[in-house]
Amino acid sequence: MPSTSDAGARVLLDARGMGVERGGRQLFHALDITVCAGELVHLRGANGAGKTTLMRVLAGLSRFGFDGEVAHRERCLFLGHHSAVKPLLTPRENLRWHPAGERFGDDATIDEALAAVGLYGYEDTPAAQLSAGQQRRVNLARLYLSRQPLWLLDEPFTAIDVQGVARLQARLVQHCRDGGAVLFTSHQSLDADVAVRTLDLEAVAY
Amino acid sequence: MAGEGFYRAMLRRQLALSLRRPVQLFNALLFFALVIVLFPLGLGPSPETLGEFAPGILWIVALLANMLGVETLFRSDFEDGSVDQLLLAPQPLYFSVMPYLLTQWLLAGVLLALVSPLFGLMLGLPVGAMGALAASLLLGSGVMSVLGAIGAALTVGLRRGGMLIALLVTPFYMPVLIFGSGAVQAAVTGVDSSPYLALLAAMLCLAVALGPLAIAAALRISVDS
Repeated sequence: MPSTSDAGARVLLDARGMGVERGGRQLFHALDITVCAGELVHLRGANGAGKTTLMRVLAGLSRFGFDGEVAHRERCLFLGHHSAVKPLLTPRENLRWHPAGERFGDDATIDEALAAVGLYGYEDTPAAQLSAGQQRRVNLARLYLSRQPLWLLDEPFTAIDVQGVARLQARLVQHCRDGGAVLFTSHQSLDADVAVRTLDLEAVAY
Repeated sequence: MAGEGFYRAMLRRQLALSLRRPVQLFNALLFFALVIVLFPLGLGPSPETLGEFAPGILWIVALLANMLGVETLFRSDFEDGSVDQLLLAPQPLYFSVMPYLLTQWLLAGVLLALVSPLFGLMLGLPVGAMGALAASLLLGSGVMSVLGAIGAALTVGLRRGGMLIALLVTPFYMPVLIFGSGAVQAAVTGVDSSPYLALLAAMLCLAVALGPLAIAAALRISVDS
């Protein structure tokens, strides 16, 4: 199990020979993915290219039905298509009682994170009364609270407005500067002042 | 990271989610009440006939009410991705499902057991058997919640799991029904009901110890497919 890459950075995610077949179609095969600390990796591909499938495999949610193996994975934060935000709970409660099992600190810390995603003043409003974009923001507030090194984000920019996306991108860059790593899927391209490695699923398709 | 804090947080989350939708909470009780009310109409109001069948009736209806409630245990959390997050959490899933079970048992089983003497009275159950009724339901509903949760976890990924879950868990509910209604029957006839209750308690211990293993495995399978 490699713990450092050739350049000496810590390897946070190492997957070898990944391949997925769905409905008789080989989506991709023999795909090696290595994500080192400080890296921002953009996973691209058309609809149905297998981005979400790959993300779930990399996160460890799918354990069968694919080739290859995830040889090494640091503790990760996974943001999927579903935001796990309960409409009956307030944004603050959603984070305080989050099922991801990470201690997010006291209410002041949580409120700060909510303010950072533009939900200042909505801390105690039941999430059912928030818009779809705001509910997604509740989930994105985890990016300001989590201390996991590896972030696997599946379409984090969906339903987020332009300013929100800009702030989110800045947060991703900050996380990488702090020694973390981000692997994300998006149809938008990231305009950040940092090297973004692009991984195109179509390039490795049959 | 304190694991204990996590389980307490999950328990508070589950309780808040259930208590803020009281309709669902009272559905099981309402179902229980409605069906019990129908029996005097169907069997005739004579207390002797009703009293004779009361232990069986009460237990069968409690079983059905439990089955109805447990079906949705993981559904909304599965659909909104909470179960994904739970699976990725560093805490063992074996313990993470306990708050779900405890909430389900508290708000369905314990509540039902507490009001069951009232329904027993409606069916002419002798007052001496009320204790056995409440105690057997208290223990038995715990077993049924765990068994039902296994079925719920297995079928949560299916669009129409309702009938399947009934087929899956009914055979496992049978021993609970036999010993549960047996306890009440024993109390009615004036025999000591504690052996039945002890057996139910043993089942509960077994279910709580082994059930979460099956539930955790079933959830992983459901999330994977």
